Amino acid sequence: MSDPVIRINKMNKWFGNFHVLRDIDLNVAAGEKIVICGPSGSGKSTLIRCINRLEAHQEGEIEVEGLTLDGSLKNLEEIRSNVGMVFQQFNLFPHMTVLENCTLSPIWVQQKSQAEAEKLARELLERVRIPDQADKYPGQLSGGQQQRVAIARALCMNPRIMLFDEPTSALDPEMIKEVLDVMVELANEGITMLCVTHEMGFARQVADRVIFMDEGEIVEENAPQTFFSNPENERTKLFLSQVLTH
Amino acid sequence: MSKLLHRDVLLQALVLGALVLAMVWLVANVQSNLERQNINSGFSFLSERAGFGINQTLIEYSEDSSFARVLTVGLLNTLVVSVLGIGLATVLGFVLGVARLSRNWLVNKTAMIYVEIFRNVPLLLQIMFWYFGVLRNLPSPREAVSLGDAVFLSNRGIVAPALEMTAAAWWYGAALAVSGVAYFWLRRRAQFLRLADGTAQSIWRPLAMIAMASLAFAALLGGVPFSFDIPAFKGFNFRGGITVIPEFVALLLALSLYTAAFIAEIVRAGIQSVAKGQREAAAALGLPDNTALRLVVIPQALRVIIPPLTSQYLNLTKNSSLAVAIAYPDIVSVFAGTTLTQVGQAVEIIFITMMIYLTLSLLTSFAMNRYNARIAVVGHKS
Repeated sequence: MSDPVIRINKMNKWFGNFHVLRDIDLNVAAGEKIVICGPSGSGKSTLIRCINRLEAHQEGEIEVEGLTLDGSLKNLEEIRSNVGMVFQQFNLFPHMTVLENCTLSPIWVQQKSQAEAEKLARELLERVRIPDQADKYPGQLSGGQQQRVAIARALCMNPRIMLFDEPTSALDPEMIKEVLDVMVELANEGITMLCVTHEMGFARQVADRVIFMDEGEIVEENAPQTFFSNPENERTKLFLSQVLTH
Repeated sequence: MSKLLHRDVLLQALVLGALVLAMVWLVANVQSNLERQNINSGFSFLSERAGFGINQTLIEYSEDSSFARVLTVGLLNTLVVSVLGIGLATVLGFVLGVARLSRNWLVNKTAMIYVEIFRNVPLLLQIMFWYFGVLRNLPSPREAVSLGDAVFLSNRGIVAPALEMTAAAWWYGAALAVSGVAYFWLRRRAQFLRLADGTAQSIWRPLAMIAMASLAFAALLGGVPFSFDIPAFKGFNFRGGITVIPEFVALLLALSLYTAAFIAEIVRAGIQSVAKGQREAAAALGLPDNTALRLVVIPQALRVIIPPLTSQYLNLTKNSSLAVAIAYPDIVSVFAGTTLTQVGQAVEIIFITMMIYLTLSLLTSFAMNRYNARIAVVGHKS
């Protein structure tokens, strides 16, 4: 295995007195696809939010592409421009058009020209299959379309790592597939992905590794075949029986 | 169906008829009462001689001026205190509103205490506090507090040096205009280049050079552009300079400090109304905090801030009529007050005054609504 692009070592985090993440150790190789699952409140969203420091950890180390996340603003800016993130609630900017949402970061962070940024944005909107919505506002789109814009917006920074925080949980069932299709396509292109999701079909199809978390700990991690057919831990078995029987 | 329709029309016609009858009775009643008491009606009084003095006039005015002139003087006094008050209250309110959200304990609590004090004491009391409690308690002109022998504070108000322009001022005005045009041109050009090929360049160095060159040119042609008329104490009072009366200062202070407390809360609510996810998304895209605030948070907060802010502007303007309590010569004080006592034509005078406030309010609302429509968000239910 080559040098990991993300290295998390003995990381701990508290919200006040509540110990949300306990001694997390995790290495992610370049191009690896990881699916993180677990019951609600198990700390899985918090874990990936620590990777681009939307949440600050208190103990241990996080390194992204060799840069340490330690409150240094320079490292943080560098890391954030290489790490894209997609949220459960899309978080598109409602006062900007789809195209403006996508070009914001290329223009203001990467100092690209408007023409260049727009060209890139249109290409990526094409890739998420909504090229004709570029001049609409987010409020005029369906949930599935909005989430695909959010994916395109994150890709516009040309990130090497993508974080997905329950990207399909806020969607109506008939829209989940259109978002997952885009994510599968993305996975096949070799980008490094960390994805918090309950979509076990997606995990089986693309994941190199599935991680199960409970009460702030990584309880079990395995290749999908082993993980689903032969879980080792009792808590994993219980969780899988609840998720898969639905 | 049509039966119901007929009944509806009949009912409405009856109500309308009753309303018209009531109006006719009201007008006839007022007319007969006025006649019985020998009070004139109509607007001819406006051209009569006023015969009283006013202590703050922005335009030419003497005791020989007409009541129409009194109306104009009062209106201008209302406008000057309202416009300055709105400006001060807005700046202070925005600063306090942002301070209320500060993570710094001291800044946050100071802003909170300010808001709670100024929001919860009646405005009339605050006006009286600044006037009777503070400004009237300053020493007499003879013992005035002097700042550098140029500005004097006394119970007659603030006396400051008056700036008098000489003809050379035009040259400097022209130089400033040139710099202003250069600023906008450079900024547009920089923005254009920035978006065209991605190069960012500072506009300040060429701007500074243009400004200095044009000012040096003006100095060469015109020399010193102004002189000061410095006030001096002669006899019983100050001569020269400009005087700001204490009534104006008290009213302006009270109106802006009071309204700023409300604006602070509106601004705080506006910023808090922007979902946390918006800041997170901006951060995840690598935008620095101040850029995120400028491009993502403030544009969305303004949508929530503008409508209640408009109400505060209207409130401040209408509240300026409390001027009457400390005899600041606003429109209510000199027109609906002094003029009404002298002429006695209450119906006309109150009607004119109400129409003026209504017009001011509608103009303010109109301007603010236009602005609000410009920043509204498309595709949102609201």
